[in-house]
Order: sequence, then structure tokens, then C-alpha cells
Amino acid sequence: MTQYLLAVHGSDEDYAAIDPETMQQMFEETDRFNDKVREAGIWVFAGGLESPGTATVVDGTGDAPVMTDGPYLETKEHIGGFWIIDVPDLDEALRWAAEGSKACQGKVEVRPFQAEPSEA
Amino acid sequence: MSLGSRDGRGLTSSTNGEIERVFREEYGRLIASLVRRFGDIDIAEEAAGEALVAALEKWPESGVPPNPGGWLTTTAGNRAIDRLRREKLRDTKHRQAAEMYDDTPHESLGLFEDNEDDRLRLMFTCCHPALAPEARIALTLRLLGGLTVEEIAQAFLVPETTMGQRITRAKKKIAAAKIPYRVPEAEDLPARVATVLAVLFLVFNEGYLASGDGDPVRTDLTAEAIRLARILHGLMPDEPEVTGLLALLLLTEARREARVRGGELVRLDDQDRGGWDRSLIAEGHGLVRECLAINRPGRYQILAAINAVHTDAPTADATDWTQIAALYDQLVQVDPSPIVALNRAVAIAELDGPEVALAQVDKLAEAAPVLASYHAFHVTRADLLRRLGRSADAREAYDAALAVCDNTAERAYLTRRRDQLV
Repeated sequence: MTQYLLAVHGSDEDYAAIDPETMQQMFEETDRFNDKVREAGIWVFAGGLESPGTATVVDGTGDAPVMTDGPYLETKEHIGGFWIIDVPDLDEALRWAAEGSKACQGKVEVRPFQAEPSEA
Repeated sequence: MSLGSRDGRGLTSSTNGEIERVFREEYGRLIASLVRRFGDIDIAEEAAGEALVAALEKWPESGVPPNPGGWLTTTAGNRAIDRLRREKLRDTKHRQAAEMYDDTPHESLGLFEDNEDDRLRLMFTCCHPALAPEARIALTLRLLGGLTVEEIAQAFLVPETTMGQRITRAKKKIAAAKIPYRVPEAEDLPARVATVLAVLFLVFNEGYLASGDGDPVRTDLTAEAIRLARILHGLMPDEPEVTGLLALLLLTEARREARVRGGELVRLDDQDRGGWDRSLIAEGHGLVRECLAINRPGRYQILAAINAVHTDAPTADATDWTQIAALYDQLVQVDPSPIVALNRAVAIAELDGPEVALAQVDKLAEAAPVLASYHAFHVTRADLLRRLGRSADAREAYDAALAVCDNTAERAYLTRRRDQLV
């Protein structure tokens, strides 16, 4: 089994353009999708993120840590939320990603986690 | 692993030539079975390379064994096991691979013979939609066709290092993201087969209308595409689009000798039909009948049927243009692209005259400006304008075609046609 990050990408503009009714429907469908992921026994973790404006970047590589307000990447599109699932292969991960993308109405990037050393 | 003079080994004797031929023929089968056994493409390629070296040492003395494919598979398998044992404790990657090594017979899909299963799986892995399209082509040619990285780089006019990196990155993604080594499940199969067919068609077309200053036709690539399409058809005889693609490739290949003469492209109506390969045409016609009988028409089947009508006519004048136009009407339903509409206009020119066709072609260009960079658009216009006696406009269209055409034989033809105009 391999763990995959399914990251939902979008821009604030995209999110702002959605009317409240549709937003409510998206939340409900995402909840239903989450239940399905749990029932399938592949759930590791999932969550939605606050807007990138709430982020702080910490650089602890120097003598003293440096804090910067805002996200690390100043991009229009950012991660709005993610799932981590544990499935046998990429095809399985892609199938779940397609369903998750439909539920939350956003593009989903699928990325495998590195194998843990203990698995080797 | 490269072959022949390229690696400095200099295969000169006839045995070595025979070994090269056998190895090329067996490569896809060999790699596919090794990937299934060891679960790792790199290990499979290394072991196949070592088996080739062993064959080059042994066979010139002992002669080519009666079952060379079996010999190579056994030898490569033993080499891979030796290597895995040797490196087992040194390297985590190999340890993982060793753990994946499974001596028990693999679970058969129940559809095909075992080693055919392997090649089909490998084909779907190489053409997985999660890989970049150019990587799919490169991997298919490398792992199933046995072409060297250098050969693939030459075919697609990129530096060898670029192609090497592209292939390495794709293999890394297959391993890290766990792109499965299997035939897709029923729900994914039609879309995934379409990807495999698209790759084979692209390989063939690159061979048939080669870009660059080299040979106008790359028979190594057309032959490779046909060989892989034959394998796919053998593995999936009931998929009509697979049958359709094979028929299309065979009917196109049948005209190859007559299509380029003296370094110049010869258009269909001017070709010496006595130079067409009758056995390929007969085989192609048989396949067209076979797939159309299933009655699930698709792009490749319709294109094959159009080619069947052309190759059925004893002379260009005897071509059944009504049937060809009807087939293009059907193709427009399946694939409503401006390129299909452009080809349909060529048939209309034969039925309703060049004026009607030219009006359609110009209307197409208004709707799809992208056609302006497509050389066949200008070639079609040039021909229609010439037939209408509009020499100055025709000359302009030939110039526009030449500006975007990079096949040497076609350039020679277009230049001559242009210079015939007064």
C-alpha cells in the first residue's frame, strides 16, 4: 500500500465566485465523499485549510528563526484542503481523486508519499 | 543497451547480425516477463542487457539455440536473481525489489497466454495517462520495441541526453507513484486502449511523414508501429478500434513504395498502383471487414475503411468518391476536428468540383484559424486554386505550405508543383 496526498488547488477568486447555495452543496458532497473514504478503510487524514493569508513562514535554518507573514509561495492558486489516503496503486488513487474533485469542485493534485524506511 | 556499431562492439559476423535480430524481436517479451517477475523496470533492463552480452559470448560458438527467447528469458532471470542476492544487503531499493520478487506463477487474466499478458500489461504501463505523452511514446519504443535511447532521440529530433532524462523520469514516476503493471479494469479500458492506439499511430506517422532533413520515410518506425499493433491485435482481437488501427497502418504501408519516388512525394492519384503491396492490401481489407462487422464504428475503423476504398480502386479515376464522402461524414460525427473537415472537402472536390470545395475550405479556416499552421490546409488550397486556374493565388498557397512543411519528399513535390505554374 502507498499513501497519496490528494491536494485541492484553487484561487480565492474561484472560491469567491461560488454562490452560498452551491458552497453548501459542495460541503455536503465533500462530507459524503469523506464518509465513503472512511468506509473504504483507506482514510489516513483530511482537512480544509484557512486562506493563505493566515499562513506564516518560519525560517529556522539561520542563527535565529525568521518569521514572515503570508504563504511561502505567492501564487494565485494555492492548496485549499487535502486528503491523505492509503491505496494499492496510482490507478486507485486517481479514481478517488476524480471523485473527490467532483465533490469539492476543485482540481486535485495526486502525489505519492515516499516509502517510510520501516517499510523497506 | 545499444546494439551494433553504436556501442563499439561492432557486430560484424552473420551470427552477430542474427543475434541482433533475435534480440530486437524478443526484447519486448523479455522485458515484460522480467518486469512481472521482479517488479522493477531498471532491474529488467539490466538483466536483459546482461543476457545479450552472454548471448554474444556463447552463440557465435554454440550456435543460436532452438528457442532463443526461452534462453534469453532464463539467462536474464538468473542474472537478475544473482544481482539481487549480491546487492540485497547493500541497497534498500534492491532489497525492496527482492521482496517483490515472486517465484510463483503469476495470476493469469484468463484471457491470454502468460507471456502475452505480460506484454499487454507493459503496453498499458508505458501508455499510462499519468505519464507525459512524449514519454509514453519513448517508453513504448524503448521497452516494447527495443529501440535504443539514441534511436528514439533521433526519431523525435531531440538530443540523446534529453530523451534519456525523459525516459528516466518516466520510469521513476512509474516506480514512485506505483503506476500499476496490469491491464486496466473494464471501466477504464476503453479510454486506456485509446491512449495505446494514439501512441502507436503517432509512432507510425512520425515514420511515414518523417520530419527533418533525413529520409522522408523512416521504415524502422513504421515497421515498429505495425509490429506493436499486430501484437496488440493478437492480444485484443475483439476490440474493433485495435483491428481498425492495424488495418489503417497496413493499408497505408502497402502504398509506401509508390508514395516516394526519386526523393519526391507522389500523390495518391499519380501513384503507380502496380507498386502497391497486394498482400498487405488483402490483409488490410480483411481486417476492415472484420471490424466493421462488429458495428461499433470508431475513428481508426473509419480511416481504415476510407483507405480500403482507395486501395480497392484499380485506377484513381475509378475511386468511389461517394463512398469516401459518406465515410468522412461518419468520421465528422466521431471526430469533429477541422482537420477531418478539411479531408472531407477533398472528397467534395471530386464530387461537386473544386469551387464548392474551396468555399468550404476557406470557411473552415475562418472558424478554425489554427489550420493556418497546418501544411495540409495550404496544400489542399493550392491544389484547388490550381484546378480553378487561379495561378497567382495557387502559388501563394504553395509558398505558405512550404513555409510550414518539413518533410523532404513533400517539399520536393510542392516546390515542383509551384514552379509549374506560369
